Amino acid sequence: MTDPILRTQDLTVRFGGHVAVDAVSCAFQAGELTAIVGPNGAGKTTYFNLISGQIPATGGKVFLRGRDLAGMSASQRTKAGIGRAFQLTNLFPDLTVLENVRLVVQSHSGQGFNLWSMASRHSELTEAAEAVLERVRLADLAGQVVSELSHGNQRKLEVALLIALDPAVYMFDEPTAGMSVDEAPVVLDLIAELKAQNDRTILLVEHKMDVIRTLADRIIVLHNGELAADGPPAEVMASDVVQEAYMGKELEDV
Amino acid sequence: MLQSLLSGDMPRSRILAVILVAILVCLALAPFLFPGVRTVDTAARICVFILLVASYDLLLGYGGIVSFAHTMFFGIGAYGVALALTHMGRGFGPIFVGAGAGAVMAAALALLIGLFSLRVRAIFFAMITLAVASAVAVLVSQMSGLTGGEDGLTFKLPRALGPAFKFGKEALGGELFGVTLNGKLLAYYFVFAGALVLFLMLLRVVNSPFGRVLLAIRENDFRAEAIGYRVVYYRVAATCLSAAVAALAGSLYAVWLRYVGPETTLSMELMIDILLMVVIGGMGTMYGAVIGATLFVLAQNYLQTLMGAASGLVEGVPVLPQLLSADRWLLWLGVLFILSVYFFPTGVVGRLRGGK
Repeated sequence: MTDPILRTQDLTVRFGGHVAVDAVSCAFQAGELTAIVGPNGAGKTTYFNLISGQIPATGGKVFLRGRDLAGMSASQRTKAGIGRAFQLTNLFPDLTVLENVRLVVQSHSGQGFNLWSMASRHSELTEAAEAVLERVRLADLAGQVVSELSHGNQRKLEVALLIALDPAVYMFDEPTAGMSVDEAPVVLDLIAELKAQNDRTILLVEHKMDVIRTLADRIIVLHNGELAADGPPAEVMASDVVQEAYMGKELEDV
Repeated sequence: MLQSLLSGDMPRSRILAVILVAILVCLALAPFLFPGVRTVDTAARICVFILLVASYDLLLGYGGIVSFAHTMFFGIGAYGVALALTHMGRGFGPIFVGAGAGAVMAAALALLIGLFSLRVRAIFFAMITLAVASAVAVLVSQMSGLTGGEDGLTFKLPRALGPAFKFGKEALGGELFGVTLNGKLLAYYFVFAGALVLFLMLLRVVNSPFGRVLLAIRENDFRAEAIGYRVVYYRVAATCLSAAVAALAGSLYAVWLRYVGPETTLSMELMIDILLMVVIGGMGTMYGAVIGATLFVLAQNYLQTLMGAASGLVEGVPVLPQLLSADRWLLWLGVLFILSVYFFPTGVVGRLRGGK
């Protein structure tokens, strides 16, 4: 097996007496799409927050291509190659769709501290942003202000920001939540495209089993913050632990 | 050409464009259009305040950072020029040395305050600026040996900027359109040109890639961090830049007044005036600073006169003359603010641009 792109080692976070993520060790390979499942409050989003640096871990480590990310802020981790889309839409609401994406492209190109040139004259940034919008089929809405977009289009833009970032690790947190039946496939196709590139690793928190079945190479199950199962979809979905966790039954104390 | 000068930030409203051009023309030709000591003085104050308010808008409107120390930076620039002219003698050298030192010191102080407080939450920054600004104001009034205390400092400008300096005698007979060509006229254009150039520079900064990042941070700092921008660095940089420009505005003000004192440059009242000017003009627009400062300074200087005249007109009618008496001008100024904030929540510019 090649070196994993992303690896967590005993990753832990405590909030007071509550252990939200409990010593999760896991490695993620290039070209692999891992679905993370578990009941509400199992620690899926918190696990993401620990990896992307939104919350500091109280124990354990995160490695990106073997490099320890300890002490790095969220923005530094983003620069290093960890890309994150959010569960609740989290955009720049009063800016246009194009401006949202262009900000990401600009961050990527390191132009943020350019104080003197005119932003509107950076055609290379605008073109790159337009290309991303083309991919997520939002090109005709480029001039719209984000707060006026439909929910489904805001979700698409959320994905667009991640694609514009072009990270080594893609983390999607329920990307199709609240999307209509005809909008969701656009996003799922995009994720499939990213997976086909074969050089990134994709982490996907998802509740919809049909999505997981079509996209995932592997499932990990979090339960009460612990890694409860890890393996190929068919195997994990058939296992007792998933059946019980997902049917809402309490896991017996083992 | 115009696009480059305005950094691509066109007024985007015909009425706004007309108003801005009118203000520019009036200020550019003020000594000729409205000759008179008081009118030219008002025009110079408008120039200085446009720049000061624009620099505050960079912080508040673009960065979303509330600061109460803006008058402190303004004062640092003013005292910089005053001290340099007092101790180095009259000349243009001391003006530039004082202005430069003031700007650098303001930026350094802003850096210090910013690094201490902007790392946490923006509200701490507001509180710390309030504390530091009050401390500096007290310090300035106590260190009377250096600063002249409450009396302030009066100093001599280079001869070329004084009223005694006359020029153009041979070519124009010392007059142009009936206006005496003297140093006071030059001083006005020194202030006007300085304010115009610095304002255009600020306009460039807010429309640069850096300005876009500031907008993003104001909208959603959490996400700005998540797409790779180190929010605290951008906030600190905006604070330093804004402080340096405020200091330069203070330097221009000192050159114009030939005097600095705590009341004119450091008072809390002035800070509130700046806030009002930004809000009235429209936050996050830069042009709002032009309109806000112009309206405010005009109201401050002429409302009293206007009301006195109005009161005279309605003499004999009950109540009205008392209500319109020139002594009530502050009351009406307050009413004007409340109305303008109520009817133009996004400021005059926001309203004219037809945005939300």
